[in-house]
Amino acid sequence: MAMQGLSRRGILGGTAAGLATIPLSGRAAPPAPDAPAAIPPPVRTPEMQDITLQVNGRRIALAVEPRTSLLDALREQAGLTGTKKGCDRGSCGACTVHVDGRRVLSCLTLAIRCQGHAVTTIEGLAIGEELHPMQAAFLEHDAFQCGYCTPGQIMSGAALIQEGHAGSPEEIREWMSGNICRCGAYPNIVAAIQTAASEG
Amino acid sequence: MPSLNYVAPATVQEAVRLLAGASGLAKVLSGGTDLLVQLRSGRTRPELIVDTKKIPGIIGIREENGGFVIGAATPGMALFEHPTLKQTWPGVVEAANLIGSKQVQGRASLAGNLCNASPAADSVPAMIAAGATCLIAGSDGTRQAKVEDIVTGPGRTSLARDEFIVEFRLPKREPRSGDAYLRFIPRTEMDIAVVGCGVCVTLDANGVCTAARVVLGAVAPTPVLVPEAAAALVGHKLDDATLEMLDAAARRACNPIDDKRGTIDYRTKVAGVLARRTAAIAFNRASGGKSAGGH
Ligand SMILES: Cc1cc2nc3c(=O)[nH]c(=O)nc-3n(C[C@H](O)[C@H](O)[C@H](O)COP(=O)(O)OP(=O)(O)OC[C@H]3O[C@@H](n4cnc5c(N)ncnc54)[C@H](O)[C@@H]3O)c2cc1C
Ligand code: FES
Ligand code: FES
Repeated sequence: MAMQGLSRRGILGGTAAGLATIPLSGRAAPPAPDAPAAIPPPVRTPEMQDITLQVNGRRIALAVEPRTSLLDALREQAGLTGTKKGCDRGSCGACTVHVDGRRVLSCLTLAIRCQGHAVTTIEGLAIGEELHPMQAAFLEHDAFQCGYCTPGQIMSGAALIQEGHAGSPEEIREWMSGNICRCGAYPNIVAAIQTAASEG
Repeated sequence: MPSLNYVAPATVQEAVRLLAGASGLAKVLSGGTDLLVQLRSGRTRPELIVDTKKIPGIIGIREENGGFVIGAATPGMALFEHPTLKQTWPGVVEAANLIGSKQVQGRASLAGNLCNASPAADSVPAMIAAGATCLIAGSDGTRQAKVEDIVTGPGRTSLARDEFIVEFRLPKREPRSGDAYLRFIPRTEMDIAVVGCGVCVTLDANGVCTAARVVLGAVAPTPVLVPEAAAALVGHKLDDATLEMLDAAARRACNPIDDKRGTIDYRTKVAGVLARRTAAIAFNRASGGKSAGGH
């Protein structure tokens, strides 16, 4: 046990340090979301199992309980807090990420189930300094107010274009209906998705 | 909190062995859109989660003898994307696609919708109307069951503790037949049915109904197959008198709850109206029309 705990901490530390090197988007640099010291290693419980996740192209070793959601694993263990927790029960879409290229709700996904699958979060969407077209379109259209729902909206919007359902504003509204925006930025969100779709 | 174990067996036999050997409550996991919510709220406290997703064939759709075999954990989105399923059994596909948001549909399965055993589960009336059956695996081997024989009450099924559903079978659709599912909800999306209705009819060359199945959801502790409503259709065309008989039979089959979504009177009335509308779509499809469904 102690040995396991130690080695896990080593791996975690290494991973978090690796994550911190991810270039941030071109905007004024926010504090690194994943400063290693900010993530205390979880207290090891007997139920915990060691898993390796493939997140944004990097391997991340974690120890999770079987009940741990992908959302909690990302936020509380991998330090990737870009993915938001709105309802924690599948109703709001704030936690949307891609698993093997398809959008899923990370609050309704067990982390342990994601072994061997490629997870992409909002942190992994930009390529280096270059924003993903959906991120750029959200900026251009001012498609957010408080921004809490935005990572989920962007991940959902990016997948929607891949799925081929961004043909009309009506179609976009229908296929984005799982992403709630409490601030009511919907008109700008639809406009942003239309722009990104027309560029794609 | 009792400790929880997670296993992902690669064969049906191994899954059955794990379910049979569990000392406490064991839960089968398909899409997890019900199970994870219930785990978190503490409504269910299993000791073991048996994830079926590594079992070959548990996700996927294949055509067989003119019908379809649908793996138990196949998500609703896969039903929607299948090239021929939607043309053959549009009611079943539409019902599955009413479940939650697109993200939820990327996970939510027919087996989970059925075995969660909510009276308001959307795909269940549609599957029963279509005459769907399921293949159940257990310690004694496999057995076939009709979908209408699975749910026994809210949250309860007829499956034994070592049993789980492996796949569903939708029969070959008869010539001149059609199915439909409608639900009534206060909003257009992301809500639970106040009433759901599945109808499948077969017509003769003159448009007279020769066979029918009418199923209501959310108006009783389980989805209910209503033979009296089917009898109101058989031998008739879809005229006003037939619709009136159907409406009355559907209302008589109701034994709903009173809650914030609808009073008993309201749900009963809506059941009759919904049965009329659903039957109209099914008749239209059976006579070759391409009437679209709705919510
Ligand atoms: C935001 C949201 C909206 C929703 N909206 C709707 C809606 O509009 N209509 C609706 O009907 N439902 C709705 N649901 C409920 C849910 O999504 C569906 O019931 C879904 O079909 C469940 O499927 P699943 O694969 O996710 O099941 P799971 O959560 O994996 O399982 C559900 C139950 O079935 C059991 N089970 C799973 N697979 C099997 C099997 N192969 N054999 C035996 N037992 C099994 C599990 O043990 C569990 O008890 C919604 C859920 C959410 C989170
Ligand atoms: S946090 Fe996952 S859907 Fe709301
Ligand atoms: S921008 Fe505030 S919730 Fe959407």
